[in-house]
Amino acid sequence: MRLCLNGITKRFGDLVANDRIDLVAEGGEIHALLGENGAGKTTLMNVLDGLYRPDEGAISLDDKPVHFADPGDAIRAGIGMVHQNFMLIPAFTVAENVMLGFERTSRFGFLDRRRARAEIRELSRQFGLEVDPDALVGDLSVGQQQRVEIVKALAREAHVLILDEPTAVLTPQETDELFTVMRSLRESGRTILFITHKLKEVLAIADRITVIRLGRVVGTTRPSETGEQELAAMMVGRGVELQVTKGKAKPGEVVLEARGLTVIDETGRLAVDGVSFDVREGEILAVAGVQGNGQTELAEAITGLALEVGGSVRIGGRDLTGASPRTVLRSGVANIPEDRLKDGLVGDFTIAENLILDVYDESPYSRGGALDWNTIHRTAEKRVDEFDIRASSIHIPAKTLSGGNQQKVIVARELSRSIRLIVASQPTRGLDVGSIEYVHGRLVSARDAGAAVLLISAELDEVLALADRIVVMYRGRLVGPFDAGALTREQIGLLMAGVEPTAALKRDEK
Amino acid sequence: MTAEASELDTGRPSRPPFLHRLAAFFLTGNTFVITVLAFFSALVIGAIIIVLATPSATLAWQGFFRSPGGALGASWQAIANAYSSLFVGSIGSPRAMVHAIASGRGPDLVNAFQPLSETLVATTPLMLAGLGIALAFRAGLFDIGGQGQLILGAAGAALAGFSFPNLPAVIHLPLAIVAGAAFGAAWGFIPGILKARTGAHEVITSMMLNYVGLNLLTWLLTTGLYQAPPRVESISKTIAHGAHLPRLFGASLRVNLGFVLSILLVIGVAWLLKRSSLGFRFRMLGLNREAARVAGVNIELHYVLAMTLAGMLVGLGGAFMALGVDYRIAPLYGGTIGFDGITVAILGRGSPLGVALSSLLFGAFTAGGRTMQVNTSIPLQLVQVLQAVLVLFVAAPGVIRTIYRIRVARGGRRVFGGWAG
Repeated sequence: MRLCLNGITKRFGDLVANDRIDLVAEGGEIHALLGENGAGKTTLMNVLDGLYRPDEGAISLDDKPVHFADPGDAIRAGIGMVHQNFMLIPAFTVAENVMLGFERTSRFGFLDRRRARAEIRELSRQFGLEVDPDALVGDLSVGQQQRVEIVKALAREAHVLILDEPTAVLTPQETDELFTVMRSLRESGRTILFITHKLKEVLAIADRITVIRLGRVVGTTRPSETGEQELAAMMVGRGVELQVTKGKAKPGEVVLEARGLTVIDETGRLAVDGVSFDVREGEILAVAGVQGNGQTELAEAITGLALEVGGSVRIGGRDLTGASPRTVLRSGVANIPEDRLKDGLVGDFTIAENLILDVYDESPYSRGGALDWNTIHRTAEKRVDEFDIRASSIHIPAKTLSGGNQQKVIVARELSRSIRLIVASQPTRGLDVGSIEYVHGRLVSARDAGAAVLLISAELDEVLALADRIVVMYRGRLVGPFDAGALTREQIGLLMAGVEPTAALKRDEK
Repeated sequence: MTAEASELDTGRPSRPPFLHRLAAFFLTGNTFVITVLAFFSALVIGAIIIVLATPSATLAWQGFFRSPGGALGASWQAIANAYSSLFVGSIGSPRAMVHAIASGRGPDLVNAFQPLSETLVATTPLMLAGLGIALAFRAGLFDIGGQGQLILGAAGAALAGFSFPNLPAVIHLPLAIVAGAAFGAAWGFIPGILKARTGAHEVITSMMLNYVGLNLLTWLLTTGLYQAPPRVESISKTIAHGAHLPRLFGASLRVNLGFVLSILLVIGVAWLLKRSSLGFRFRMLGLNREAARVAGVNIELHYVLAMTLAGMLVGLGGAFMALGVDYRIAPLYGGTIGFDGITVAILGRGSPLGVALSSLLFGAFTAGGRTMQVNTSIPLQLVQVLQAVLVLFVAAPGVIRTIYRIRVARGGRRVFGGWAG
């Protein structure tokens, strides 16, 4: 099916989210929509999904104009959406989730589960989408849940499939499997719109690439005619340094010393299982791993946020096992939490207030329990300049900033104290290329200034770019450490996927 | 008037000029405009109720087709009567005020300023209850226990007030106030510590403590400790003169020092929220508990502190009623003021200045409603309907925006941190 967007414009007040977007995706084509966060990808997708109506422009399918009043219209027209956050009900089986909203009933109004099951098996066989129709969705891995979403779309006879950042949650191996499925869907003549900001993936799978920036189409190209550098430049609007320039690490004293660390999470699960490692001053130790393997809890254990911690954490020689977050922060630990808006910022607070979120009661910001707003505002103005935070004023709420600028507020706050250890959890998740570059640069210069950096990241590129040493976390345990140069990309990927170290390291030597 | 100006505005650098901001507020439909329009809408709905509740007006409507002018005239008459007696009853007759000041005669002055005095008397406990509950709101806590806290505050103040008949006022009055504050604080501390230690939701625990407080007072009033000796009915001993809050303008006007102290407490809480590090922690907690935890705030401790302070303020409301107006307490003391405080806090959007203004409005409603009931056939309950409709509109600003076609305000502040946890 040929999907054709003609001059799609969508405004929100003064903001033009999509500005005269033209895009043609042919049947049997994987068409990548590449753009930074905030470029207007999601808005465009919601227009296609029938959630938003465009202010101007037209959509046509096989040259017939279509109008979507709601997502139901889009589904009936043959458009299937696989959202970034899955729209599945964990307590339902795969078959029930696939039926949801389009339930077929047999006589007496009973749900016709058998037909749904048969349909799922047929689709699985046809496209290599292996899923058990009777499994509970809550028990499935993230990659499997994504397959359920795809099956759901196909069961509703989607001819145009829109995949929104589908690889964000996958291991490298799962990504390869997804690509296989995408290729077989292409063979069947379906149109695939692949939304992403990852350059390597676009080059690996797309037939054509449309790059958008600030709501406008920058250009359309083919993988054979372009490269990473050029795509990145199109996306950001200038030349981008993809490689972080950093000198050799000069490791000094051990700053963070974890021994036999265990964490029981809120659900009573053993999230971190007897982990030991050191981070020295002047080095970056990266914890690689697919999200949900205990990294969050590991960071919480070090920063004093975990509830049940076993083993020991020593920072600068002091035993801080089970210490309060305040004590940990005061011992010179900078914490860049993985969820910016939930843990790192108070969205309704101003930038100035967020810049003192954990130092408000220290000199010079307060004296005798009273805040000194003049000093706070003066310092905030300085930080905004120093850390390149783009905002109209320090008095606007942090939630109105872009993700990159929000992260810069956190980085500015955490790196402006006297620090010995930085715990950075997914520090560039969801950021645009420019902000990623900036945050990476800051982490490296903090390292060069003598701080110990514990980087927790699910992004392989980030780990490879920043790490001096690497450990891989899988199901609460650590493998490593390895020196940064000692592992290939593929080997780290295998370790992240839980392949035994001996096998993972050997397989690649062949 | 706005969220920012409400908390002791500072001369901040790099803000847009005042007029710009003013224009922006009116163009984007800020909270103050919404409140004014909500007030206007409530009056319109009140007018309809007045017409329905006035026999002469309803009769005239039955003859609408014979004499449409008569129906409209009678309705207008009824509405004007009711609202003007509401005004005269709460603020007073401007003419009488001017006259009284010109003549300078004591009885004339008392009569002219009686309504205003009564408004301020009714405002005092509402302001403190609203202030306490607003403080809890700002820390992300929903204090439903105003009724119990107010009763306990009154009980504490009364106990100290009648137990020492011969103490000099300089010692006795502060002692009675502190006792009221302490009792109220204790009734706030309990839900606070229960939440901190066991995770029990403060909405449930504070609400249950209302019943406990209510019945505790009923029981206390039957014991020798509280009950006035020769009596059989449940009423407390009389508070000694030394513990009375002095009246501000002579014995005939009931407005007393309690109102002045309430205003000072409003300023104090405004300072606490905007200028103190404790207030910074409260606000952090109220807007994003997780971020507060990550930033090293001891969440449990601050739950207890916020609830205790809230209980203290509400309790002072009860104490000032007992020490300033009634001089004795009876079962069900304070009536619904503890709950009205929630409404005041919502209408004031959790800001101290907002609370002061909305409690003045509700105080005026209460005082004026009594006059209206005497002068017209409209029952006192109309003012409660007006209050309720007003708060409904404020709580659902979308309704007001739709009626008056106002653009959505940007960067409006949430009043509550939400119910979760």
